[in-house]
Amino acid sequence: MTTDMILMFKDGMIETLYMVFVSTITAYVLGLPTGVILYITSKGSLCPCAPVNKVLGIIVNIIRSVPFLILLVALLPFTRLIVGTSIGSTATCVSLIVAATPFVGRMVESSLKEIDAGVIEAAKAMGSNHWQVIYKVLIPEAGPSLIVGGVITFTTILGYSAMAGFCGGGGLGTIAVNYGYYRYNNRIMLITVVLLVIIVQIFQEVGMKIAAKSDKRL
Amino acid sequence: MIELKNITKTFKSENGEVSALKDISLKIEKGDIYGIIGLSGAGKSTLVRCINFLELPTSGQVIFEGINLAALSYRQLLDKRQSMSMIFQGFNLLAQRTVLKNICYPMEIAKVPMDQAKKRARELLGMVGLSEKERAYPSQLSGGQKQRVAIARALATNPKVLLCDEATSALDPETTRSILELLGEINKTLGVTIIIITHEMRVVEQICNKVAVIDGGQVVEEGNVRDIFLAPKSEVARNMILPKSDGVKMDREGPNLRIVFDGQSAFEPVVSNLTLECQAPVNILGANTKNIGGKAFGQIIIQLPQHPASVERMKNYLISQKIHFEEGGIIHDHRHDSDV
Repeated sequence: MTTDMILMFKDGMIETLYMVFVSTITAYVLGLPTGVILYITSKGSLCPCAPVNKVLGIIVNIIRSVPFLILLVALLPFTRLIVGTSIGSTATCVSLIVAATPFVGRMVESSLKEIDAGVIEAAKAMGSNHWQVIYKVLIPEAGPSLIVGGVITFTTILGYSAMAGFCGGGGLGTIAVNYGYYRYNNRIMLITVVLLVIIVQIFQEVGMKIAAKSDKRL
Repeated sequence: MIELKNITKTFKSENGEVSALKDISLKIEKGDIYGIIGLSGAGKSTLVRCINFLELPTSGQVIFEGINLAALSYRQLLDKRQSMSMIFQGFNLLAQRTVLKNICYPMEIAKVPMDQAKKRARELLGMVGLSEKERAYPSQLSGGQKQRVAIARALATNPKVLLCDEATSALDPETTRSILELLGEINKTLGVTIIIITHEMRVVEQICNKVAVIDGGQVVEEGNVRDIFLAPKSEVARNMILPKSDGVKMDREGPNLRIVFDGQSAFEPVVSNLTLECQAPVNILGANTKNIGGKAFGQIIIQLPQHPASVERMKNYLISQKIHFEEGGIIHDHRHDSDV
């Protein structure tokens, strides 16, 4: 393997990790409140509000039902508006965040649903207001499950980011498309696949370990 | 202390309205250990949630220390809830917090400084006998220990009232007894008024001084535990207090008497004296003795001979001995009736 190729993979790796980290973190920051709102406004929950729940639910479902590659293309004007360009890793982040936020929202919602309603009732009986129930009970109690959700989001975004390679998204995806797909260079294709698998494995393992360690339920 | 005035609660469901509570009025005095007993579905849990407004009554008033809860703002209500704590059948501890942090929770809500809260939490842990468990997580505790932690947590903000929603129903009889003992001690030493929701008569018998029997969302009987035990009037109370016949059919049908006696007379050989004095045999259908409010109470159900003259003689004898009895004191267990 030439030094050029090694450099190319190094750059691709950095770009991919950059996209995935930025998008996962941003999507989680936006998705967490989305999930909390979905949860607390649902029927019989903390502050039920059918209109908010319905509208938010529909928006989430619409975005989630659009295949990522189509969403990416559809968002190009929006991306250009925000980052000034529609190619490269920063541009890809925009569509990754838009695609992943509703995904995170649903995942957070289902993590919160696992919490025993009795615990919430007890917190209310102790005089907690809604906000205290959310940040002192709901989120800490769902903690391990939320971490698992974060890991799943990470691997999903990694997959999406590779798809973005078809539209000049940058990172390992672009290398795979340019060399593996257009030039039939199987060796480079294979290396890309191996690198992606390694990244997923590392994060999966580390994330699950952290989740298991933080869970005090045995 | 707490007064419930004409509380009703209706739930809207898909097939119309369900009325869970119908015009319930109760008065709970300071220092009471007040039992609310009923079968499942009677509305007890809804009732206890109306007391701290976890459920809003459809109509009626809850007066706590002279204050109508409905007149309070949301913020004031949250403050009030800190002086009426609650423990639950499922314990409802925070699984991701240590025992100590669980007890600190209500104090965090009450904005007690952390070091002070920890100190108080340790005191409370000592009181419930779990000092060495402060670093444990709820999943590492037994049911009885979890309920002790829940009690410590409930007492953290010095409440005036402790609401217990089937607090011992998930525990074995031995643990139930020790938890009830702890509650009794808390009532005595801290003067906390306790309201106990249960479907088990033995819980009421062991600890309560007053009781309300709830059936179909209504109070069917209310008063001192002793009085209700001696002469239960409602069908539900009779079912829960009187021994069951288990569907045994008698060959010879004769009138049944339920003889109830307390403390001193329990030691007298009442039945032997009765048969010797009246020269007629009786058949003992059921008997038990219970500890109610620290006094031994007992009841014997006897079947008298069919001869009317001896029945009369026996009744007169019991009256002359000042022994409380009532006729027809047997309850057939309907579950078995169809098989017999």
